[in-house]
Amino acid sequence: MRLGLMASESGGEHGFSEYIAHHLQHLASKKQTALFDASIYHWDTLFFALLCAALALLFLRKAAKRATSGVPGKFQCAVEMLVEMVNEQARAMVHGKLTYIAPLALTVFVWVAFMNAIDLLPVDWLPSIAAAADIHYLRPLPTADLNTTFGLALGVLLLSFYYSIKIKGLGGFLHEFTCAPFGMVKISLNPLTWIGAILLGIANVGMNIVEYGGRTFSHGMRLFGNMYAGELIFFLIAGLGGSLTVFGIAMHLVTGTAWAIFHILIVLLQAFIFMMLTLAYLGQAHAHH
Amino acid sequence: MNLNATLFIQTIVFLILGWVTMKFIWPPLIAAIEERQRKIAEGLASAEKGEKSLAEAHAAANEIVKEARVQATKIIDQANRRSNEIVEEARGAALAEGQRLISEAREEVALETSRARQQLSKEVAALAVAGASRLLGREIDAKAHADILEQLAAEIERG
Repeated sequence: MRLGLMASESGGEHGFSEYIAHHLQHLASKKQTALFDASIYHWDTLFFALLCAALALLFLRKAAKRATSGVPGKFQCAVEMLVEMVNEQARAMVHGKLTYIAPLALTVFVWVAFMNAIDLLPVDWLPSIAAAADIHYLRPLPTADLNTTFGLALGVLLLSFYYSIKIKGLGGFLHEFTCAPFGMVKISLNPLTWIGAILLGIANVGMNIVEYGGRTFSHGMRLFGNMYAGELIFFLIAGLGGSLTVFGIAMHLVTGTAWAIFHILIVLLQAFIFMMLTLAYLGQAHAHH
Repeated sequence: MNLNATLFIQTIVFLILGWVTMKFIWPPLIAAIEERQRKIAEGLASAEKGEKSLAEAHAAANEIVKEARVQATKIIDQANRRSNEIVEEARGAALAEGQRLISEAREEVALETSRARQQLSKEVAALAVAGASRLLGREIDAKAHADILEQLAAEIERG
């Protein structure tokens, strides 16, 4: 049995960058060379994402089961505050039926917060445990994997198409796609208006593609960037401790503590922002231009 | 930066999580919250109502107490007046009775005096006759000197 690479094993500059590169390797079903390959799975991301999903559902289900309209316990109070916060935000941002959207926002907030919170575990714990089970690559933080964040952003994009078509009808949606944001010329017998309509249509469609694409890209990128950077800084801090000098260990303790405390904020803030953006995009799908 | 099938699985997981939450988590929580909000609203409303009715009851009680006080004063006044009347009546009755007793006693005394005089006059007449007969040494015919005796008796009666 071979143990995973620890920061303390690194000998010098080269060893440390190898340590970080090793920690950034996913447990993939096979080695990926292309940017996109639909035949590959990241088992670590999937495992921890599903684990967090199960925990989030368990957490919420426990509160839902015990929910009484009488005097609530502390746990119920906390969950209710969360539910009410989400409900209020959803109500403020989406003007339409919230039967699916509000629960989705709640679940995405709790799920993302749980996934982000894995980042607070010391960076070598889970990989070391995995290494003991003969698994040599493990990135336990699902939100530092673009697949997760883009997966969620893609879900939001699909939902915003769905709601757009549901609210405005397919015709309304296509009209909006071709006629907003620049508007459309009135088509008459004059052939010039036909050319104008085509040009404006192309411009509008182009703008909409940029809007939807950019929105989804930034939605996924924002969470990924924050968590990836946070994870990377934890690796660097682990490297300080791995230097095994008094100064290095002292700095490891100080910076590690400071970053972990700061990261609690980031974990919740990024989950909140992700939820708010989800609601904002779904709210836009409900709005008429 | 490796994008792969994980992405689509995460999308599906995301949508399913939303569905599960919608089905099993959101409704009981939001129902409990709304139910409690309703209860609190009702509680506040009924508290307000209770306060209002308490104030009303206070006002009514004050009214009753005021009325009772007025009535009590009236009753006390009446009782005072009545007791004065009774005292006056009793005093009048006692006075009348006293006067009556006094006059009765006076009449009795007068009657008794006149009766004693009559008796005395009779006895004096008899004594006078007896004394005179003894002085004269013979029987005096009372009938013969009746006029003198009667005169004497009248003198005594006059007194």
